[in-house]
This record gives sequence, C-alpha cells and structure tokens, in this order.
Amino acid sequence: MKHTLSVLVENNPGVLSRISGLFSRRGFNIDSLAVGVTEDKNVSRMTIVVDGDNYTIEQLTKQLNKLIDVIKVTDISKDSVIRELALIKVNASLSTRNEILQIVYIFRAKVIDISKSTMTIEITGNSQKITALEELLQPFGIKEMVRTGAIGLERGQKVIKYTINDEEE
Amino acid sequence: MRMTGAQAIIKSLERNNVKVIFGYPGGAVLPLYDSLMDSSIKHVLVRQEQAAVHEASGYARITGEVGVCMATSGPGATNLVTGIATAYMDSIPIVAITGQVPVEMIGRDVFQEVDITGATEPFCKHNYLVKDARELPRIIAEAFYIASTGRPGPVLVDVPKDVAMEEIDYNYPDRVELRGYKPTYAGHPLQIKRVAKAIEKCSRPVICAGGGVITSNAADEIAQLSQRIKAPVATTLMGIGAFPGDHPLSLGMLGQHGSYAANRAVAMADLLIVIGARLGDRATGSTDTFAANAVIVHIDIDPAEIGKNVNTNIPIVGDVKCTLTELLKYNLKRQDSDWLQDIKAWKDKYHHKGLFCRSLKPGYILTRLSDKVDKDKTVLVTDVGQHQIWAGNYYTVKKPRTFLTSGGLGTMGYGLPAAIGAKLADRNNEVILVTGDGSLQMSLQELALLKQEDLVVKILLFNNNALGMVRELQQQHYNCRYCQVHLTGNPDFCKLAEAYGLPALRVDREDEVDEAIDTLINSKTSVLVEVKTDVNEKTSPCRV
Ligand SMILES: Cc1ncc(C[n+]2csc(CCOP(=O)(O)OP(=O)(O)O)c2C)c(N)n1
Repeated sequence: MKHTLSVLVENNPGVLSRISGLFSRRGFNIDSLAVGVTEDKNVSRMTIVVDGDNYTIEQLTKQLNKLIDVIKVTDISKDSVIRELALIKVNASLSTRNEILQIVYIFRAKVIDISKSTMTIEITGNSQKITALEELLQPFGIKEMVRTGAIGLERGQKVIKYTINDEEE
Repeated sequence: MRMTGAQAIIKSLERNNVKVIFGYPGGAVLPLYDSLMDSSIKHVLVRQEQAAVHEASGYARITGEVGVCMATSGPGATNLVTGIATAYMDSIPIVAITGQVPVEMIGRDVFQEVDITGATEPFCKHNYLVKDARELPRIIAEAFYIASTGRPGPVLVDVPKDVAMEEIDYNYPDRVELRGYKPTYAGHPLQIKRVAKAIEKCSRPVICAGGGVITSNAADEIAQLSQRIKAPVATTLMGIGAFPGDHPLSLGMLGQHGSYAANRAVAMADLLIVIGARLGDRATGSTDTFAANAVIVHIDIDPAEIGKNVNTNIPIVGDVKCTLTELLKYNLKRQDSDWLQDIKAWKDKYHHKGLFCRSLKPGYILTRLSDKVDKDKTVLVTDVGQHQIWAGNYYTVKKPRTFLTSGGLGTMGYGLPAAIGAKLADRNNEVILVTGDGSLQMSLQELALLKQEDLVVKILLFNNNALGMVRELQQQHYNCRYCQVHLTGNPDFCKLAEAYGLPALRVDREDEVDEAIDTLINSKTSVLVEVKTDVNEKTSPCRV
C-alpha cells in the first residue's frame, strides 16, 4: 500500500543525502520525494510517498526518527490533501491543438508555453489525475515530462508541531 | 575568550573530561596537534588510524566514557572507516575528529581530500562537517552528547584546516538542545505492568541479556530479576559479562555459536524477556522458529530495534536499568514448574568442565586460563575467528566490562588495539588478548604501543597458520576445498614479539601448557605465548 509521510528535518547540509541514503541502504522503495523549506527557515519539510506494508512503514518511520536531523515523521496517508505538479511538453500541430486544449480544459490544467509544434501544459492534482492526463496526451506524443512528486498537508486544523518544548502530543 | 578553532576543540574536549586521544597526525590536523601541546590531554600516537578507533573503543568499553580518536584528512580519515563501522555495530560511544582541506577547496579533489562525512554516514550515529569555527563548541558538545546518550555510537566531526585556524570567541553551551533527538529512558509504566502480568502467568521464563545491559550498567538488576522469577539467563555475544557465567542460572551464550542449554531453553520457553539486545541473525537463527512457544518481551532504548528482527508481544522502549528498576518494584512471582530441573539437565548434558585432559586443545587452554586468572581484575579481549568463539565458550566471564570482542561487524584486527585501549583505561586491569595468527597480523603494528606507552598486555596466540574460521566453513560447506586460507608465509611470532621488546614463548607440547599459562598470568611485563594449534580444531558443533 502507498503511504505518504511528512518528514520535518533540520535544514542542515547533507540532510537530503542522509535520508535518501537511508532509503537505498535499507531497501525501501520511494515513489516520490519532494522537499522544500517551511515557514521556519531552519526546518525543511519532505513529503515522501513510499510503497510498503505496515512492517515496512513502521521500520522506515523508526529508522528516519533515528536520524538526528529528523525532527518528526508523520504518516499523513489518511486524511490529507495531496497535490503534485507536472509539466508536460506534448507534440501539438495546428490540427491537433484544439483537441489538446479541450483535454486541458477538462482537466483544469493550463497551457504555459506554446510553439509551432509543441505545447507545454501545467497540471496540479493528485497522482492519479496527472497520470490520467498523461495517458490522454500520450497519443499526441509526449516529448518531455517532469513531475514534482507529491506534497501534502493534513486536513482541517491539524498541524505537525515540532517545537523543542512540546514534549509529546 | 578569543582563541582559534583548534584551541576551542581542545578546550571543549577538556570540558568533556577527555583524558586520552588516540591519533595520528598529518597536514590537515596540524592546528589541532599544535593546540594539543598546551593541553593536559594525553595523546597516544598509534601506528594506523583504524587501530586508533579500536583503541578508543576498548577505552570506552572499560570506562563507560566516550573514546576519542583523531586523524588527518584523506587517507587518515578513510583508515578510520573500519574502526568506526565496528564501533557502530557494537554501539560504542566514540568521537572521531578528522582534519579536512580548507573550506573553499572542498569539492575540488585537492590533495588528501575525501568526503569522510559522506563515507561514514551509513555507520555513524551522526556526523558533522564544520564550516564555521564559531559552531565548534556547540558541535563538540553535541557530538559528546549524541555519542554517549540513548543507544551510544560513534560521531565524527570533520574540521577543515582553515576552520581550525580561524579565531573565535569561545562560548561553550550550557546544555545541548536537539529537537530531533530525545532518547526515551523511562519505559512506559503500562507496558512494564504487562510484563509483570506475563511473568505471573509463565512457568518457563528465560532472560536474554545483550550488550545494552552492560552499557546501561544493569547487571545487578538482571541478577535480581533472574533470582526473583527463577529465570535462567542467556547472553548474546555482546552481552557476555552481563550475568555471571558460573552462576547456576547462567545458560551461556545464545545462537549459532552458543550453548546447547541456551538454545534449548529459548526454544522451550513460554516467556522470553529480551533485554538490551538487538536479536541479530547470529543470535536467533531462523526468526520463524525462534522462541516459537514464548511470549516475547523486548526492552531496548532504540525503538528501531524492537520488532525489527523478531515479532514482539510486549515492546518497551527505554533504558534497561530504568525499566528493570521499575519492573522490580512489582511483587514478581511466576508459576511453579520443573523448569530449573530441565535447565540443569540441558546444562549437564554437554558440560565440559573436567572433560579436557591436558592438551594443546584450545578448550583445555582457555578453561585452564579461566580457572587461574583473577576474575575481579582481568579483562579478556578477543580478535575474530575460531579463537573468539572458543574464548566465548570456554572462558567464564563473571562481570560486565571484562570481555571485549567485535560482535556485530566481526572485525579481524580489533583485538590488539582494543586490548591496548582497555589497559590504558585502567592500568590496574590485567588485560589478556586471545588472538589468531590471521587477526594479529591485521593490527600487528600496534605492538609498538606496548613499549611506547609502557603497557602490560598478555597475548595468547592460537597459531594454526590458517584463517581457521574460514577454513572450517570451507570444510563444512565446500567439501574441504581449501582456498586461500593457509597463511604459509607466517613469521616467527616469538622473534617478532621480541623485536618489539616483548618476551615470548612457544608452546608445542602438551606438557608445556600449564606452565606457559602460569607464565602468562604471572608475567610482570607484556608477553606473547604462542600455542601451536591443530588446524583441524573446530568451533562446531560447540555444545558447551
Ligand atoms: C577484516 C576481516 N577480514 C576478513 C574476515 C573474515 N574472517 C572471519 S574469521 C577469519 C579468519 C581468522 O583467522 P585467525 O585470526 O587466524 O583466527 P582463527 O579462526 O584461525 O582462530 C576471517 C578471514 C573478517 N572477519 N574480518
């Protein structure tokens, strides 16, 4: 089963390699990993999508927690909003442009660049939505595609706390 | 106070009560060596950096304090790697300080540059590449804190030369604050209560004590628990010494190289209390059948160890001593049974005492040694190989911190430097090294330290002119096709020892054995006793 983990880490040099190293070393399979700084500039937040059974996820969580730079690991698979951004450069001639635009419209995606023979489309959504768009664009010929990997926040008022004093919630 | 980064490091080490550094100099650590001249800290000049880590490790295991070692950038740093990995696998607190090329040179493959934080990351508890000298006091404080608390382990601090030379205002932090690191010491009260309940219900309990018991100084609590619930105690290799080996409730070592009684008892137990052990593959064998009839309690300070290898019924994350102290507050009483009779029968079945008549057999020699030494002050250190297994099985260890071996990594060459570290940690200890001709040659160069530091280490060398352990594997699993296991070019070890200033004697006849052991024990100086050992001596089936 796929799990989405939110990992708050100290924004120290080398932290990304510590985490990616841990994944490969211990044989965990990452579907995606997205990282960026949070509202606190000393803290980065990683969203990691990983495939595995409960044992694997428990081990992974424990191993992540062992890293000194990891502040908090939360499994947000259950009740959260997850989004991914993708850019897709697709073949688009005069004759196919309209058809592509219709697909883009239905997906509430955006065209962000256009040339004589290509269009670049921006889409956000969950992974399935992006994959669905990808499949529909496939027949036109996808020249290039890039995905950010999923990021997510829990729904509602819940936040992941990490201050030094909040012992255990 | 204004001072250089190097001075700040040394001052911070003094703050952490460091008395000895094991190290080897080079260009990138010269600022540190210069500052060291003005310090009261003793520096032990080793002969190879890997040994410096093993020496620091031996020191740490005796004192319970953090062992410190130091090396230069590049090859100095990479030589530390095996030592660091060895310490990591056995949870030994080490702070390793390495020199690094100046900050602005990093990443350009300049002379003696190597990414040592990257290289050691998989087997360090944590590491630092210091880029700003002002951070040095905080980082050293953190390094010692991380190395010595929770589940201990090695921490490496990589210090570029210019950082060591930069002038800073020295401010040592009052306390360490790491929001990502808060080890849990107190076991959860409800879980502890569940253990007490499980004990009430059981009639065939076994305690399995690992290295964590020794780290946590909880041998007394183990002894109390064992007495109170009439539970026999098996130890892991790292747990040897956690329970007196000659106690009627002692089962000896668990696992592949362990005793019949220990393995049998675990298989038949209805309650297994695993304490400060990670239940590695060597200890459990197949995890499907391990302790198949038992409710398993697992107490460990490292949450990641619980449930990693063996399914646990009652997990407790916490310090062994704290948790056992709480558990012992309960009125613990188990169901009556014939359990202890069974245990005794299994122990008697393969009891070896008196089994050996005088011979060159390792079993005889180690049993005799075990009977003769003063266990209160003797530390036995082993290398890695058959002799290690023999020592584990035939030498009876009575106290914590009196048996040192490389358990998790099985690093040949660990023995001599660890023995040196152990002796330096407490010169009142009698330190005996049990080694093999292969292992000894992996750290041979450290013999020079015995003279240099005026140390008395007694060396018992089982010389079979072979990599006995590997040869035994080839004998068993490769149809006696012996490949690259005979050390045909071996030197004359006695002459070699003499060249380093150690008296030495060779034993190749049965009637010389007893006297040689006496000589080894009574010698006032370091001494090497080489025993000619039959290359066909086996470790298995070991049925102590
Ligand atoms: C650094 C290292 N290299 C290789 C091994 C694999 N190995 C395990 S035991 C052993 C042989 C040890 O020989 P020796 O020290 O002579 O001891 P013996 O088994 O003969 O008692 C070897 C090569 C190891 N454990 N460590």
